Amino acid sequence: MSRPAPFRVQPALDDDNRFFWTSGQDGRLRFLRCRSCGYYLHPPLPRCPACGGRDVAPEAVSGRGEVFSFTVNHQPWDGDPDPYAIVLVALPEQDRLRLTSNLVNCPPGEARIGLPVRVVFEQHDQVWFPLFEPA
Amino acid sequence: MTGFERRSIISGIGQSAVGRRMGRSGLDLTIDAALEAIADAGLTTADVDGIATYPGAGGGAGAGFSGPGTPEVQDALRLEVGWHTGGIEGAAQLAAVVNAVMAVGAGLARHVLVYRTVTESTEQGSGGRQGIGIGIGAGGGGGVPRMGGAMQWSIPFRAYSAANWLAMNAHRHFHEYGTTPEQLAMIALNGRRNAGLNPKAVYRDPMTLEDYFASRMVTSPFRLYDCDAPVDGSTALVVSSAEHATAVDHPVARVEAVGTALRGRPSWDQFDDMTTMAARDAGAQLWTRTDLGPADVDVAELYDGFSFLAMAWLEALGFCGKGESGPFVEGGHRIALDGELPLNTHGGQLSAGRLHGFGFIHEACLQLRGEAGDRQVDRGGRGVEVAAVANGGGPVAGALLLTREG
Repeated sequence: MSRPAPFRVQPALDDDNRFFWTSGQDGRLRFLRCRSCGYYLHPPLPRCPACGGRDVAPEAVSGRGEVFSFTVNHQPWDGDPDPYAIVLVALPEQDRLRLTSNLVNCPPGEARIGLPVRVVFEQHDQVWFPLFEPA
Repeated sequence: MTGFERRSIISGIGQSAVGRRMGRSGLDLTIDAALEAIADAGLTTADVDGIATYPGAGGGAGAGFSGPGTPEVQDALRLEVGWHTGGIEGAAQLAAVVNAVMAVGAGLARHVLVYRTVTESTEQGSGGRQGIGIGIGAGGGGGVPRMGGAMQWSIPFRAYSAANWLAMNAHRHFHEYGTTPEQLAMIALNGRRNAGLNPKAVYRDPMTLEDYFASRMVTSPFRLYDCDAPVDGSTALVVSSAEHATAVDHPVARVEAVGTALRGRPSWDQFDDMTTMAARDAGAQLWTRTDLGPADVDVAELYDGFSFLAMAWLEALGFCGKGESGPFVEGGHRIALDGELPLNTHGGQLSAGRLHGFGFIHEACLQLRGEAGDRQVDRGGRGVEVAAVANGGGPVAGALLLTREG
């Protein structure tokens, strides 16, 4: 039996980040990408920081990634006593494009640098949290 | 080379009582520290014509973090100032000192009171350290605000604390350089040993490597002893125009150089080099502003809010090569009081208490002045002539180089 999803603080949605936090509705992970120069910009901005272009739009990525670093948290900051893995995932679509997230669907001790992962989404109300499981 | 820094000295230092759950207000502690620093500078409150602090009133990050703002302290001391500032954004806590040095260099003030006050022990109570920015406590749930801004990229993923974020930096350093938990432990052990010689340190009981590894894991690889101890306390100093040195009846600290640079992305998880973070930039800049070099430094008081940060600062300030802090601290000999680079001679924030930055500059001044008592570094009889001070972790970093005058 799967464990119930843990408590999560919700992001405050605005016009810049809404696409990101609702992207998982169709199971795809998206980042803003500049249509002029191809740069993926994260966190979201109204203009491309690489070329200054205004033509930025969400683009789906593969959803694959690799654990760049991790920590297994033991401190019950939110009252949950169970350890869980926080990961920093490197996306292959661009050098240094990274996402802090959680490693799920496996024991937290399986987290290691270099672990291949794929995105899975956990829905809370109208927000889809991009999490990662071993690929 | 004549940087603006040379026009300033630290003419006086002061510190309140430091302890856990003292139940005194931040303003009360600040007044104690301020009056001590002002008297130590050979001044009265009427002479003080500038005031600066980090982070200023309401500066985020949880209960007991900010201390009183400058208007409150200025009013409590009835100061009349030519310049005043407080704020959280900048080159870590030392930005307040750098700002004061610039104000004196610019001629806007002659004697600037600079302070950092925390009451995190009293405010956070027996629940222990909180995550940064929120106090959700047990059960989570109702009343927790939605997270916007930069924190939306960590808090919703249950990465609540800088402990979590910096643990990932540490693991990356382990991976890239082969750094080990036994090497990381040296920061905690060194601090605890020095704290045993510091009457104001909050944790003074001897710690062995076995004690370290027996302590509970907070967020891997950080154990309890890798995380600093919340306390209540205020630390203050007076930054004065350099000519005031002759009017003071003790040696003073001359500000030789500062480092405030941040050239990578100002982000906890998007920074280009997770093994150095902003310390890399502040450290490099500092050495461009002086003819002195790392080999000239007699003591290093380097931020250890989490043990790994002191290792990152050792590298960023060039005391060892990039990635080499593990072997550098191995066994603890080089960083001991009688070693080639005494580190965190007061015990660091890990054992002397989380005074949040200014404990390092206070200790550096004590060492330069020969007033560090049982933990005074000797350097073969010539005493401490050059001290390096660093604050900050992640995308926030500031560094100072101080020399003895008088």
